[in-house]
Amino acid sequence: MTAVLFDVPGPRGVARNRLAGVLGSAVVLGVLGYVLYRFYDTGQFEGRLWSWLQYEQIQRDLIKALSSTLRAFAAGAVLALAFGAVFAAGRLSEHGWLRLPSVLVVEFFRAIPLLILIFLFYYGLPSAGVKMTPFMALVLGLMLYNGSVLAEVFRAGILSLPRGQSEAAYALGMRKTQVMTLVLLPQALRAMLPAIISQLVVLLKDTALGFLITYYELLRYAQNIGGSFQFGRPLIPVFIVVSSIYITLCLLLTWLATYLESRNRRSKRIPAGRGPTELAPEQPPLVIIPAGDATL
Amino acid sequence: MGDVWGVLAHNTDLFVTGFANTIKLFLIASIGSLVLGTVLAMMRVSPVPILRVAGTAYVTVVRNTPLTLVLFFFAFAYPLLQIVQISFFAAACIGLTVYTTAFVCEVVRSGINTVNVGQAEASRALGMTFAQTLGSVVLPQAIRSVVPPLTSVQIALLKNTTIAAGFSVFEAGAIRDNLSERGEDVLVGLLWVAAGFLILVFPLTMLQRSLEWRWRVAR
Repeated sequence: MTAVLFDVPGPRGVARNRLAGVLGSAVVLGVLGYVLYRFYDTGQFEGRLWSWLQYEQIQRDLIKALSSTLRAFAAGAVLALAFGAVFAAGRLSEHGWLRLPSVLVVEFFRAIPLLILIFLFYYGLPSAGVKMTPFMALVLGLMLYNGSVLAEVFRAGILSLPRGQSEAAYALGMRKTQVMTLVLLPQALRAMLPAIISQLVVLLKDTALGFLITYYELLRYAQNIGGSFQFGRPLIPVFIVVSSIYITLCLLLTWLATYLESRNRRSKRIPAGRGPTELAPEQPPLVIIPAGDATL
Repeated sequence: MGDVWGVLAHNTDLFVTGFANTIKLFLIASIGSLVLGTVLAMMRVSPVPILRVAGTAYVTVVRNTPLTLVLFFFAFAYPLLQIVQISFFAAACIGLTVYTTAFVCEVVRSGINTVNVGQAEASRALGMTFAQTLGSVVLPQAIRSVVPPLTSVQIALLKNTTIAAGFSVFEAGAIRDNLSERGEDVLVGLLWVAAGFLILVFPLTMLQRSLEWRWRVAR
């Protein structure tokens, strides 16, 4: 894709690119080197600051923090998918009295910052007499926000299918539920998968918001260990460990998405000479993430 | 559920300063991320491998890190490196910019990819350089398909500014803190904050939808 913008360079082009490459490397290495030097100069690489990693109790705490992050993610993901499915169905419904409330709910929860939503549950509801644990508040917030975004993804996925699909199904005498579950959903799910998984990555990242309502997860753990004088306040080493855990988890999810995508593409290839291929659209239209949601 | 309007009327100062700071954070990070994101996107499509690698590495790392973690770094870990001491507000601006830049970059890059290959080829055939091709032919066309998703990124940025409240910045997300100190009804206060965001986000969403509809490119 990048080769679109420039030709295979000639001798002068090569020289120019090489010069740019040298300058670019100098800048990149310079910045990296300076940061590493600051790390070194302030003693972040000293063994003392990394000694906390050897203690069994602290390792166990790390596992505990990781598992509570994953627990919030799992609960939030399952609930958000369910919420999304219900409200997508509501928005696609033929009945106005179902459609209107669904639209309002989805638009409302998408426009409010997730953190405010979580604060509402954790700090706001007690004054109305409802007490919540940090876990519940976090998961509820994740469910409502990401569920609303997923509802839009589902809806866009269903709407992206050619109309002939549902028309043909109705012509065969199927009921609305049958059309949806037997014809539309199986096809739409394939097209939606990348969008769904990237929303799940967002959900995973958003579990870090639990830090702000005292939920004991990875970031809270980083703050606790990072501030302990016993190990010389190893905030930066702990930060490095925790952020690499997050990055690894997110990359694993993204990798899963790519894997599933490639598998889907393989399974749709129709062997030559097996019926007219134009009945099955080769490439399902990409799901465009609907208005108002950047996946960040 | 006490006095709904009273919470707003008695604490107008909090709400006004809070939302003013939110908007300030948003504008600074918005401009910063748009400029840096475009530069980063150009690096990622440039003919120089090292720039491409650096751009890709940046985007991969930042996109997969929670924003809370980025802000945490600039608020608590960065001062330990003893480079230049910065205020919490500046730290939040930098954190939000660093984070949003990666997303802006991806949007701009995918916009560049939507421009027809023939366009770039034709301009190369006319003898244009890489910078000319990108600047006078590809980017002007890419902007049409880029602006609607860029608006989404900016809307998300606006909502994300609330996270700075957890790192000693007084903005809309921190109104709750001060309300509970004053003994006001936090639930009502938070609902007002939510309403404030609805008012801020709604015009942007409308703008984005109309742009999406009007600038739909027929290709």
